[in-house]
Amino acid sequence: MLSADLTLILPEILLSVYAMLALIGAVYTGKDQLARPLIWLTSALFVAFAVWIATSRGGTANAFGGMFVVDGFARFAKVTILVSAAAVLAMSEEYMARRGLLRFEYPILVALAAVGMMVMVSAGDLIALYMGLELQSLALYVVASLRRDSARSTEAGLKYFVLGALSSGLLLYGASLTYGYAGTTLFSGILAAAGEGTVSLGLLFGLVFLTSGIAFKVSAVPFHMWTPDVYEGAPTPITAFFATAPKVAAMGLFARLLHDAFGGVTGDWKQIVAFLSLLSMFLGSIAAIGQTNIKRLMAYSSIAHMGYALMGLAAGTALGVQALLIYMAIYVTMNVGTFAFILSMERDGQPVTDIASLNMYSRTEPGKALAMLVLLFSLAGVPPLVGFFGKLYVLRAAYDGGLAWLALAGVIASVIGAYYYLRIVFLMYFGSERDDRLDAGGSGVLWLFLAVPAIAMVAGVVNLFGIEGAAAAAAASLVN
Amino acid sequence: MDNLLSIVTFLPALAALILGVFLKGGDAAADRNARWLALIATSATFLISLFILAQFDPANPGFQMVEEGEWLLGMTYKLGVDGISVLFVMLTTFIMPLVIAASWEVKDRVKEYMIAFLLLETLMLGVFMALDIVLFYLFFEGGLIPMFLIIGIWGGKNRIYAAFKFFLYTFLGSVLMLVALVAMYADAGTTDIPTLLNHEFAFESFSLLGIQVIGGFQTLLFLAFFASFAVKMPMWPVHTWLPDAHVQAPTAGSVVLASILLKLGGYGFLRFNLPMFPVGSEVVGPLVLWLSAIAIVYTSLVALVQEDMKKLIAYSSVAHMGYVTMGIFAANQQGVDGAIFQMLSHGFISGALFLCVGVIYDRMHTREIDAYGGLVNRMPAYALVFMLFTMANVGLPGTSGFIGEFLTLMGVFQVNTWIAVLATSGVILSAAYALWLYRRVVMGDLVKESLRTITDMSRRERAIFAPLAVMTIWLGIYPAPILDRIGPSVEALLETYDDRVAAADLAGPRVAEAPAAAADH
Repeated sequence: MLSADLTLILPEILLSVYAMLALIGAVYTGKDQLARPLIWLTSALFVAFAVWIATSRGGTANAFGGMFVVDGFARFAKVTILVSAAAVLAMSEEYMARRGLLRFEYPILVALAAVGMMVMVSAGDLIALYMGLELQSLALYVVASLRRDSARSTEAGLKYFVLGALSSGLLLYGASLTYGYAGTTLFSGILAAAGEGTVSLGLLFGLVFLTSGIAFKVSAVPFHMWTPDVYEGAPTPITAFFATAPKVAAMGLFARLLHDAFGGVTGDWKQIVAFLSLLSMFLGSIAAIGQTNIKRLMAYSSIAHMGYALMGLAAGTALGVQALLIYMAIYVTMNVGTFAFILSMERDGQPVTDIASLNMYSRTEPGKALAMLVLLFSLAGVPPLVGFFGKLYVLRAAYDGGLAWLALAGVIASVIGAYYYLRIVFLMYFGSERDDRLDAGGSGVLWLFLAVPAIAMVAGVVNLFGIEGAAAAAAASLVN
Repeated sequence: MDNLLSIVTFLPALAALILGVFLKGGDAAADRNARWLALIATSATFLISLFILAQFDPANPGFQMVEEGEWLLGMTYKLGVDGISVLFVMLTTFIMPLVIAASWEVKDRVKEYMIAFLLLETLMLGVFMALDIVLFYLFFEGGLIPMFLIIGIWGGKNRIYAAFKFFLYTFLGSVLMLVALVAMYADAGTTDIPTLLNHEFAFESFSLLGIQVIGGFQTLLFLAFFASFAVKMPMWPVHTWLPDAHVQAPTAGSVVLASILLKLGGYGFLRFNLPMFPVGSEVVGPLVLWLSAIAIVYTSLVALVQEDMKKLIAYSSVAHMGYVTMGIFAANQQGVDGAIFQMLSHGFISGALFLCVGVIYDRMHTREIDAYGGLVNRMPAYALVFMLFTMANVGLPGTSGFIGEFLTLMGVFQVNTWIAVLATSGVILSAAYALWLYRRVVMGDLVKESLRTITDMSRRERAIFAPLAVMTIWLGIYPAPILDRIGPSVEALLETYDDRVAAADLAGPRVAEAPAAAADH
């Protein structure tokens, strides 16, 4: 049986082995000179693994007595994670090199974080869940403070670490309560112990603490406080990474835990998730209005988007999970594009994150401004762009799940949120003329990662590139 | 041609794509090419759309030339036209070449300007043809993006405020509709408009947050759609975005706004509110009638005191849209026929009026009424054209404005005499503000020094006004071609409407129930 188990977890094992070999190899040979090839190699490996996972068939399979689950849901989430991580890595190479940040640890840590994320979405047990989560988190704490000589960056790393440790504590406490009352750490065992419809008070406490811990990871309000500071302090490519793959992983984990372990007591967590969603949507939309730094703005934007994704989860149905997956896939695509744009914002070769510097950017760089315009309208959820479909799916799921009030609140929050996206469009297209314009030009790689998501936001209207069916199959494998 | 509707819809977008990808912007030659390509594309769209009119069978009340394809989430890509929509399609394709021609003198970012208008045309045509509610919403909302940019980039001094107000106002209105769309999908299990037209939504009254909702689910859906369309229309008291948007938009933007975008609201009422939620319409209808009557009188009075020509015409548009909503919710043949007719005729007349303002704005760069006077001395042709459209705006018999106003008033008279009386006073007021405007701008002696050298209309400008003038007079004298095409579809619509309202058997008189629904709104 062991060989069968190992076959299932083979991608994770191979990626870990790669990371360790690369670490040893780089330490004993070229060190930072190897950073550049390592980034491209890691990125290429991510894509290769994504293709491998996407093309591998075979329904649901458990390894190690149910601790590790490989099903359609895990596959969908893993592909999204790997592709977005690969994109962010490829985007960051040039930026890091020019700022002297190109350390060989960076791609290796990202690879380890990716392994952690893949374990998270495949976890079938509280221990596996925690292992995956911590592997991911520890790697992320380090990359957040990658810029060791910058007070901002180290502050971001430390803040993230301290608050992350707190959330891990909450999560562990919830896990221990759950273990105590269910008598097992296996999700299937918890599902049986929790029963249908009713749940013991101890388990309920466990559920609440587990939820709080994961809510921190997806930066849902009221566990969002770290997000703006970390987004602002970390080097921009790292911020881009934070905003994409880890969010998918944490959402995947959230859905996995709630459905696999507490699927029988939907009514008990539905309200919690609905309120997390409501608060996130409104806080994310309102707090972003006053921001002057585009990275902080994107932090609040991601909080709001997590609110919408949670709306799908709050529905507690297969349709809801499908909506969640589609939303997350669209969200990471938009964020990759947006961060490619932010990475290309420079004045005299120095990175700029001030929103006001975008004044009349459409005259300097009409093409980039247009791509960003498409992405911003898509982020705001304005049809006919693909971002609208993400919203449509979650609204539909929420309504079907009996949460019409949440759907109504969500659309109102989206109008508030539209304001700050429009503000960037307004600056780019009809702001005031300034002398200190941003630099024109920039690397072709960034252009590619800006243009492809922007085109996808328009072209996806035709059939969303077929992710609807994949997401439906994935959701069906999780919720039954 | 099986894909006639798709071809007409996406031809402008295709031209926009060609402009965007292949044309390097910047120099004068590129600008000239952009103008010509846009003009050719919109003209070709108009010519091809004539086939729609030719193939359209006026006797058939159902949807014609239907195209259908698979899409996402159980939705379909489905286009089709019926008697209600086909003429709006024609109005759009007819107006757009004129709009492009009227923008010939735009100098700033010409390529982007033309792309924005071409995309806007595709989106507007899509709204009128879509036979799937989500597809409809897609086109309906998508129009906000180009319009936001048109007002924001090429608008006047206060354009930023106007662009944001326009966008957020209409966006807020329509997201409520989005929730209603989701609710309808969940209830009926389909997003197909023809199927939904035959679906009866629940109308049992229930209590929501302590308020008794008469007409139940239907009333709620009605109000959600109403919120969206009333803002688009715009109806009093949610009309305040319109004067700002009009004043700040470039001339061509104002024309599109007045001629076509304002019709989306009325079209929405006819496509969704009235046929799909008859009980909701019956419950809220009286309130809408009163709002319309207030709108007509109030905005006419506001128009009287305006000092900016565009603002005056914008308020007059709100007043004229009041006749439209009044006619629709009178829910009888004259009323609805008149409402559609009024929308079409307003499309020609108000578009022409904004163009009239544009003509002198291009010369003097001001829209202040006080800055003009005695233009007839230097611009006789202009004075004639302006007079024709002023009279049409007033609703002089012999112009298309008269038919629409008369039919809607006749429709509403059968429902509520008081409202008809109140609304008729609006006709007098409209004569007051329109003629007074005309007197102050055109008549009298030419005393202002700055106007001494003003020139009359160029050939291009005359060519733009000619088709509009022909349509205004032709429809005023011989409206039958329009009414023949509208008639059967409206008749079928009202037949179902009456049957359903009768079957619902709402207890008590309808006026008495209106306040309860109003409280909920």
